[in-house]
Amino acid sequence: MVLNLDLVFLSKEASFDIQFSLIDYDGSMSYGRAYLVGLLNTLLVSFIGIILSTILGIIIGVARLSPNYLINKTASFYVEFFRNVPLLLQIFFWYFAALRALPMPEDAPLIFGSSYMTIKGLYTVAPVWNNFDIFFIALIIAMIVIFFFNKFAKKKQEEEGKQYPKFLISLGIFIIIPAITFVVGGVDLSWSFPELKQLAKTSFTYEGGMGIPPELIALTLALTLYTATFIAENVRAGIQGVGKGQKEAAASIGLTPSQVLKLVIMPQALRIIIPPTTNQYLNLTKNSSLAAAIAYPDLVLVFAGTAMMQTGRAIEIVGITMATYLTISLAISMFMNWYNKRIAIQEK
Amino acid sequence: MNNVNILKPNKENLNLFLVFGALFFLLGIFDFCLNNFYEKNITGFLPGFISFFTPLIFGMIGLHLIRIEFSGIKILDELNKNINTNNFNAALSVSIIILIIFSVAPLLNWFILDANFVGDSKEACTGGGACWVYIKVWFNRFIYGMYPNAEQWRVNATFIIVLGFMGLGYFFPLKLKKYLTFYYVIFLPIISFLLIYYLISGGEFGLEWVETGAWGGLSLTFIVSFFSLIFCFPIGMMLALGRRSDLAVVKYSSLSFIEFWRGVPLITVLFMSAVMFPMFLPDGTYVDKLIRVIVAITLFEAAYTAEVIRGGLQALPRGQYDAAKSLGMGYWRLHLLVILPQALKLVIPGIANTFLALVKDTPLIFVVGLLELVGMLNLAKTNPKWLGFSMEGYVFAGIIFWIICYSMSKYSQKLELKFKTDR
Repeated sequence: MVLNLDLVFLSKEASFDIQFSLIDYDGSMSYGRAYLVGLLNTLLVSFIGIILSTILGIIIGVARLSPNYLINKTASFYVEFFRNVPLLLQIFFWYFAALRALPMPEDAPLIFGSSYMTIKGLYTVAPVWNNFDIFFIALIIAMIVIFFFNKFAKKKQEEEGKQYPKFLISLGIFIIIPAITFVVGGVDLSWSFPELKQLAKTSFTYEGGMGIPPELIALTLALTLYTATFIAENVRAGIQGVGKGQKEAAASIGLTPSQVLKLVIMPQALRIIIPPTTNQYLNLTKNSSLAAAIAYPDLVLVFAGTAMMQTGRAIEIVGITMATYLTISLAISMFMNWYNKRIAIQEK
Repeated sequence: MNNVNILKPNKENLNLFLVFGALFFLLGIFDFCLNNFYEKNITGFLPGFISFFTPLIFGMIGLHLIRIEFSGIKILDELNKNINTNNFNAALSVSIIILIIFSVAPLLNWFILDANFVGDSKEACTGGGACWVYIKVWFNRFIYGMYPNAEQWRVNATFIIVLGFMGLGYFFPLKLKKYLTFYYVIFLPIISFLLIYYLISGGEFGLEWVETGAWGGLSLTFIVSFFSLIFCFPIGMMLALGRRSDLAVVKYSSLSFIEFWRGVPLITVLFMSAVMFPMFLPDGTYVDKLIRVIVAITLFEAAYTAEVIRGGLQALPRGQYDAAKSLGMGYWRLHLLVILPQALKLVIPGIANTFLALVKDTPLIFVVGLLELVGMLNLAKTNPKWLGFSMEGYVFAGIIFWIICYSMSKYSQKLELKFKTDR
């Protein structure tokens, strides 16, 4: 059998539509563009999932260490429940059962004066920017300034023992520099609200604002709730892993409880927490490929699904898909390794 | 009864504080229940914001009043110590109690009180709760998939026999204990494979042939997990040893193998086994879908197992290697008798986690068209006679998977304790 590998198909017209896309896309564009749409959708759901599951994981992990019996037990119930049910089942549950019970667009109640939670997804306010690029540049400048300020403050502290309120000044810079662009840069921000619109006699939808499809909501919910259980366990193990003597020693040299937490416990706990948490981030990214099961147009569905069916180029497409995931995995693990090395113990 | 200080509950007026504390606490809960389940707001005369928080405020006042140190009542002291140490804790406790009432009551209604248990068609389900009739009617399909009803005893028989063989290892006489690993790693898989091949698949001894496409439901979940579990462990062990090998070829091939499988999602691996694998076979050969899936899952999980075992190998002090070598042990004897028994003991939790992940990954085989429990649910919910019961199905499957995984993780914790040796 002869394998003829050929990537020319990537520039051919895809001629299929994708429901949800972060960049401009329609059927007349190429397979390469479809690949990009799928990749961005995968990255989007992974990114949201990583952030939310980290926040939830930390809260649950700390709650599991609470001396309060009720909080402790509720948190462990949550962990034991959600991590012992297959993720695919959870995705199906949220998508086919829970979100299907939501009202139709025309019956949906208003939430927080701005959003509608309907069977067709969440409709919420969207920011409308004028001259967003200037604002974005200002943000980057602010970050660079903060970076150099922190370096400077650290140097001062090491040389002269002088301490600046680093966090407050950084926050100030972060707010003030972008805020200036509103005054002088012509940057303008307004909000667009979703409004009910009748398509046909019984068919309604919302126009304007931002529409988040139910697939994305179900996937994010399931990924977050599932991964957070593992992160919570890591956080708990990390905090428990710091010896009691460390806390007592820190207290005995006169540090306040918040200083003990910030300067002694957390830096040591993070060392234990980060490596397994990296694995969870990787898992989350790979698990986001389960999106294919509920037709969220991610890389696997768009590229390894539709594009493969149409072109028949199975080997190239599965190869590219796998290579993409490998690259994402390696990139995340390289970043986390770098961070881990930075906070690791500098052994003599 | 003099000097009753409300801000500082003390032991002298214990009974008074207890009665008022309990009263306030119950008032808070009562207010919440009325608000939520009967839509009556007894505190409606207050401004909206305060009225919303009255249950919390009442509950906190109640808990504050019963926060008496060394009251002499054992239950009260325990209560104070565990959920009521200060105001912040009290607020959290009240919120959690309210949350529990808020979520448990509707769930209880749905699960039991409003649910339908009797009947055999969709019409029997009239209440607002769950329709367990659906599960009852579809139960056979959920467990056996499309396996013919008359032949289902074969599946049962196979599972009972395999379980019997697994349990047999427990009763091994002490003299044969050293063959236990051999029994589990080589003998048991062969026996089970033969059983499954001849009994479930059939086609010989007068048994009707049932193709693997008809297998499904929970029994397929078990078959796939069982074989993948049994095979991924030895392969993972070899990979872990290979990764630490001194031979560059062995080391780097194991390394790239492990990193490759760990870097890609299982779903693409299954895609590959379904679409690409047949292309590499010579024409006319055909490998059954089920076998391809089991091989794919096994290799995938073997890579994870390898990394877990490597962690255990690294944790062993060098002295163990040196000591074994100084006794004149070769590579295999050193690893099999000294290193691996200690390393595996250390990584029981990690291995258990990998195995749990494997069991939880089995539903993914839907991508190649095999329908295990979750796949069968998705099939059943599209049946026109039974539309609209997806919730019941997913809850049912969730409970089953939860029982399997939870008992596995509890068992692994027991194993961990059993093999724990202080070093």
